[in-house]
Amino acid sequence: MQVLLSSQQLSDTVNQLAGQLNKSHPDMNEVVFVGIQQGGVVVGNHIISKIREMNPSRKIQYGQLDITFYRDDIRKEILTPDTMNLPFAIENKTIVLIDDVLFTGRTIKAALDVLLDYGRPAKVELCVLIDRKEHRQFPIQADFVGLTVTTNKTDKVKLVNKEVVLITQ
Amino acid sequence: MQLSTRHLLGIKNLTPQDISLILSTAVQFKEVLQRPVKKVPSLRDVTIVNLFYENSTRTRFSFELAEKRLSADIINFSASTSSASKGETLLDTVNNILSMKVDMVVMRHHASGAPHFLAQHIPAAIINAGDGVNEHPTQGLLDAFSIKEKTGKLKGIKVAIIGDIMHSRVAQSNIYLLKKMGALVTVCGPPTLIPKYIHEAMGVEVSYNLKETLDWCDVANVLRIQLERQNQVLFSSLREYSLAYGINRKILDSLHKEIVIMHPGPINRGVEIDSDVADSKQSIILQQVENGVAVRMAVLYLLSKPPNPENPQTP
Repeated sequence: MQVLLSSQQLSDTVNQLAGQLNKSHPDMNEVVFVGIQQGGVVVGNHIISKIREMNPSRKIQYGQLDITFYRDDIRKEILTPDTMNLPFAIENKTIVLIDDVLFTGRTIKAALDVLLDYGRPAKVELCVLIDRKEHRQFPIQADFVGLTVTTNKTDKVKLVNKEVVLITQ
Repeated sequence: MQLSTRHLLGIKNLTPQDISLILSTAVQFKEVLQRPVKKVPSLRDVTIVNLFYENSTRTRFSFELAEKRLSADIINFSASTSSASKGETLLDTVNNILSMKVDMVVMRHHASGAPHFLAQHIPAAIINAGDGVNEHPTQGLLDAFSIKEKTGKLKGIKVAIIGDIMHSRVAQSNIYLLKKMGALVTVCGPPTLIPKYIHEAMGVEVSYNLKETLDWCDVANVLRIQLERQNQVLFSSLREYSLAYGINRKILDSLHKEIVIMHPGPINRGVEIDSDVADSKQSIILQQVENGVAVRMAVLYLLSKPPNPENPQTP
């Protein structure tokens, strides 16, 4: 097991992503942030609390999205769904999807399918904590990346006890 | 987490964990039903036959809508317009349908145990949509879901099931489920409509006094008087039944608390329940119907097993 981001580095990376997101979206009224269950919600919670600190007088809209019913590998295993919570209209908004690890791109593809069933956003952007760039199976890339890492396909990258670790199989 | 069973034949053979899993999954499907696009692609590679050997409006529509909301392909079969009326056996009919690559069977049948028989003979997943006087498991589940949604829990909730317990598969499924989940159950109705040994057999309390029962309960699930199932006269007249066991505004106003009123439908207005009660704020009858779709989506989703990799023909 190798530590990719220590607790302090993780905190710095989250701050850096929150700063980038804040800077590139001057009009927060037109933006909604959406964390993907489950890891993306954990990362999203940290990022959003930072963005809220930077914009104390503004309402920052933040929801949680679950892709269970939209998975393309649903016949392999029937999984129990997580909570879905998008308590706002996404029509014509800029959506920032937040996930912990970008790997094959299949989760993001499913998340885009979910979003389109809620409305027609003006634009969708992607923010990820970790990018495992060389293993993409769909033409998907992130707009905001915390850390790009080189991994083997069978490795696992996980958020454990406030650290990001690489588990080699 | 997965269900402990391949079929939903009744509540009797579900574990409390199965019931909790179905109810928590249904919460997520209820959210799906509030979206602009009330549909998910989960079952787009699954074909389902709705096999109805007995009349049904609500349950059939509810299952059909649940299947469509899950993107399944569906075939509807009703006995009156099929070869069953030419004398084909149940097993032959189902095997013929399955040879057209059907993965799941939703069945209502007038014979108790018909879905259990099918489950022993065919490879598809079977969901019981009501068999004779045995069980109606999805109604039990949607009733429990509605109670939990309204009161926040099932454990310790006092539920009265009122009316024709003898002929009711809804009562049977409700009792099994509520007892498994730790609710307290009293059945109430005329002695001729309550099975003699139900207290010993199912662990429920029995009362013949409507006022006492309503004073005790948090939730009253009022059952329909099933005129079509009564070959003998078990009470003098509908008017007499209504006077002794009908739920009306007067009796509800005489209670010291506001109880929740439920009814599985279809309602005989003015017999087991008065219109002003059925249509009041206390009644969650229409919420039960709405919740039925979400609960059936959860059951269909959780039972839509992956295909066996060694034999892809077998679901």
